[in-house]
Amino acid sequence: MARTALLGRLTWQLAELVDIMAETPRVKTILLDVRGWPGHRAGQHVDVRLTAEDGYQAERSYSIASAPDGTRVALTIQKLEDGEVSPYLTDELRPGDKIELRGPIGGYFVWEPSRGGPLMLVAGGSGIVPLMAIIRTRAAAGDDTETRLLYSSRTQDDVIYRGELEQLSGNGLTVVHTLTDSQPPGWTSYARRVDAEMLAEVGPRPAEQPSFYACGPTPFVEAVAEALVQLGHETRAIKTERFGPTGG
Amino acid sequence: MDELMLDGNAVAGLLQEVFAVEMTTAIGTCGRCGTAGPVGAVHVYRGAGIVLRCPHCGNALAKIVKRDSQVWIDFTGTRTLEVSV
Amino acid sequence: MSFVSRGFRGRRRTDISPARVPPGQYVTADFPVLSAGPTPHPSLELWDFSIVGELEEPRRWNWEEFRALPSEEIIRDIHCVTKWSKLDTVWQGVSVDALLEGIETSAEYVTQYSDGGYTTNLPLEDITGGKAWVVFAYGGQPLQPEHGGPARMLVPHLYFWKSAKWLRSLRLQSTDEPGFWETNGYHNYGDPWHEQRYSGD
Repeated sequence: MARTALLGRLTWQLAELVDIMAETPRVKTILLDVRGWPGHRAGQHVDVRLTAEDGYQAERSYSIASAPDGTRVALTIQKLEDGEVSPYLTDELRPGDKIELRGPIGGYFVWEPSRGGPLMLVAGGSGIVPLMAIIRTRAAAGDDTETRLLYSSRTQDDVIYRGELEQLSGNGLTVVHTLTDSQPPGWTSYARRVDAEMLAEVGPRPAEQPSFYACGPTPFVEAVAEALVQLGHETRAIKTERFGPTGG
Repeated sequence: MDELMLDGNAVAGLLQEVFAVEMTTAIGTCGRCGTAGPVGAVHVYRGAGIVLRCPHCGNALAKIVKRDSQVWIDFTGTRTLEVSV
Repeated sequence: MSFVSRGFRGRRRTDISPARVPPGQYVTADFPVLSAGPTPHPSLELWDFSIVGELEEPRRWNWEEFRALPSEEIIRDIHCVTKWSKLDTVWQGVSVDALLEGIETSAEYVTQYSDGGYTTNLPLEDITGGKAWVVFAYGGQPLQPEHGGPARMLVPHLYFWKSAKWLRSLRLQSTDEPGFWETNGYHNYGDPWHEQRYSGD
């Protein structure tokens, strides 16, 4: 099944919105049903296309948030105030509506339980989405690969999947948060942007031959990748997915 | 480094549309510096068309222009592309 | 046509007189940044702009000399081949006529060269006669690097890929040499009013 997911020309198909859930004040997850969905791997994304009545089109890519689950595909979307596509997906779509999408797409930024560890996931803001697909896929497979997540958010209210990450911690998964803008009273974890020191404290050592997946706004991913290389990790052990300047 | 720059996986859909196989795991060798690496790790810039650049030396590995059902690709900056089919 | 997304309108401005919008274009209020490569950041101390090729003596200005040239405010609409148009953009720059003043040449074409290797080609007559400027300010502010600063070409009557960012030289030549995009699918001339986006259009 994995091979068929990699081959063949991509075609646009209609997905139906099943449900919408708020994750944080600015972030929602939309659950779609895609007929004939061939399945997907953690880390892959879909392209979404919107068409106005006069033919104007806008296209964006969104990481799949969910582990494979039949014809169900979940996308977690951060609403950008001056965005063109995200506000439509988070505010306009209603269950029963259809959107055009194609996928699953990607073979480079993917993870499967067989890959081995240790594994380190570094997320900046909405960059958590494909990494959450990895975490959920790992959990669904009962995999216990040593996995660490370092997740940077502005405030605690901005942490996506907060409860679920707490629940899934343990069984080889360690979740570490850093809140860069403000922290709740009694906060004991990190309170600054991800830097080499933090990565050295939280992450595995080069000798352990870890694999890294870093995702988020381009400047965040750049800083993380550079810091990891400075710490002695190999470039080819670091997979990145940059979301562009704004991250979504 | 540029805020606008993306990785090769940002154009995974476009490449698969053209080549009918997943391309981000294909290995490209830069025609200028000889560095080899997965297409998913190249630097992607969006101008009038799309430019894929070597993450090592910045050389333009490929330029892609797409119009509906027609695609132009310039691969002169890539020495070889190794693809699994 | 493909499926229509209920209630989707996009972020375009729709209160524009159609006569100002070339076929297939949408008017935008923001200023999208598109680039074929990383943003260069040349030092102004080392920056220069030159006119070379088929002329008796190449001309060259350093930043001080370039900024000492008479400049003017230019207000024009610009049209990108990726379908966005931006109306009444305000620039400050030196007309190409002023830069070429006194030059005798038999050249009929010009190639623009940018930091980073980008090139684009034009007939010489498309940058003379008040049709083009080398601009260094946008919206009353120094031109930002992401928009082509310190200086870029402005040729508003053609699609905006014909206005090279990070401009460093113009080469006057008697042969037409298709540039970075013209060799890979985009139209050799690029007139938005005849929707000349791709080769063969």
